[in-house]
Amino acid sequence: MNIYQEELLDHYENPSNYGTLPNPDISHEEDNPLCGDQIRMDLLIEDDKIKEVRFSGHGCTISQAAASMLTEMIEGKPLDEVKQITKDDILDMIGIPLGPVRIKCALLALKVLKAGAYGINCWPGEEDE
Amino acid sequence: MHTSEFRPLDVERIRKDFPIFATEPPLAFLDNAASTQTPRPVVEAMDAYYDTYRSNIHRGIYRISEQATEEYERAREKVARLINAPRTRQIIFTRNTTESINLVAHSWGTANIRAGDEIVLTVMEHHSNLVPWQLLAQRTGAVLRFLEITDEGLLDFTQLRDLLTEKTKLVAMGHVSNVLGTINPIQSVIEAAHAVGAKVVVDAAQSVPHFHVDVQQLDCDFLAFSGHKMCGPTGIGVLYGQLELLEEMPPFLGGGSMIRAVERDVSTYADLPAKFEAGTPSIAEAIGLGHAADYITQANLAALHVHEQELLKYAHHRLKEIEGITIYGPSAPHQKAGVISFNIDGIHPHDVAGILDTHGVAIRAGHHCAQLLMKRFDVIATARASFYLYNTVEDVDRLYEGLCRAQKLMIRRR
Repeated sequence: MNIYQEELLDHYENPSNYGTLPNPDISHEEDNPLCGDQIRMDLLIEDDKIKEVRFSGHGCTISQAAASMLTEMIEGKPLDEVKQITKDDILDMIGIPLGPVRIKCALLALKVLKAGAYGINCWPGEEDE
Repeated sequence: MHTSEFRPLDVERIRKDFPIFATEPPLAFLDNAASTQTPRPVVEAMDAYYDTYRSNIHRGIYRISEQATEEYERAREKVARLINAPRTRQIIFTRNTTESINLVAHSWGTANIRAGDEIVLTVMEHHSNLVPWQLLAQRTGAVLRFLEITDEGLLDFTQLRDLLTEKTKLVAMGHVSNVLGTINPIQSVIEAAHAVGAKVVVDAAQSVPHFHVDVQQLDCDFLAFSGHKMCGPTGIGVLYGQLELLEEMPPFLGGGSMIRAVERDVSTYADLPAKFEAGTPSIAEAIGLGHAADYITQANLAALHVHEQELLKYAHHRLKEIEGITIYGPSAPHQKAGVISFNIDGIHPHDVAGILDTHGVAIRAGHHCAQLLMKRFDVIATARASFYLYNTVEDVDRLYEGLCRAQKLMIRRR
């Protein structure tokens, strides 16, 4: 399977929910110091649900496509449901095997989301280590 | 050496020593500045140790331990010859370049550096020749000063005279930049540093594997390099030092092998090089390194350098054809070792490397442990191809073709 399949490239070139929100309830930004990928997530919360989400930043295809796909996944969802999203959910969503370096690219968006919304400051999948 | 005896590198024969290239199409391995491949003779030498005389060194009163000791010490002689060290005991085995530099920073640095002293570095240093000095400066109150570089990636020598003063106690500098490939004229820096009484540490991780480095000609005070970037195994590195400096320096790590006599509160230390080799060392790896030194010497370092220069020139020529490419570092190949760092407009270097990987081309993408340099060129990361004795023009062609495909894939709808 090719790492650069159409679906990922489409998200990279035409990302969903790209941009920022004027008055977000939650706004958080992080980068991956290994490669300089950077992602910011803005969330608007209503009735404990994610009413609106925007992401911005720069980086490789995987990091930006994963962020775009994640925003589609969480929009309209209750916060406590979003909290349950795991590393494996992201890897299933990406749908292609990734090596240890590029897994971080794929997980950066979820890391930013969880740090911003729940104060969980570690890489998804490393919570119990 | 007589020029009439110069024989070009027999790349085809060399490649047969590396089973990793036996596939069809062969792996185009262009990440040699990170770590090189290992030829059969090196692996076989290490296998022979494990299969026939595996034992600890310097202690056993039995045949195979004596043989292990002899082979370990023979490796030291081979390394001494490789860099023309006056005496074999000036070769200290460490884990890698990083550990060699940390050894100097801890041992020599703590004994000799005081608050207000200045340590001169360059902005093109690998983190391994930067962070140990930051830590030393934090421990002692010393001040770090930096030699800047030009837009071409050459050291700005106009600045050197102002930087070097009687406050300068140490200059620590890479011989060849692992990102730009710049071959720094370290001999003139060493002369200028010695003129103000400063010592010089040379990070030779990217030079010793690629051309002949002569520590007596350079007159450097310390020189560090790694085995795994010169056809040797990981886990073995070298520190060379001036004899009187090494003899005066306090030990770095304490433990077995590095002592002469041990009392309850104090010990006396072994002579060089044992003083700096506490604990059981990387025996197989040292033996492997010795054979790696033989391997690149027999291949002929002068021919190896010419071969890399030709690949570099060809790569520059081909890669320049690519639209939107920026190549970092000197444009004149003679100022540069076999390293080519670049970015292509609109494609993240990770994607460049990822797409090349799907075409069997291995390159590096990232900050290359040189974040000061990334900041200097205002980039987050670069893609980097780097050559060694087994690389071919076909490897460069496949790099070029892979880059064209990457460009087609990533910039198709703009």
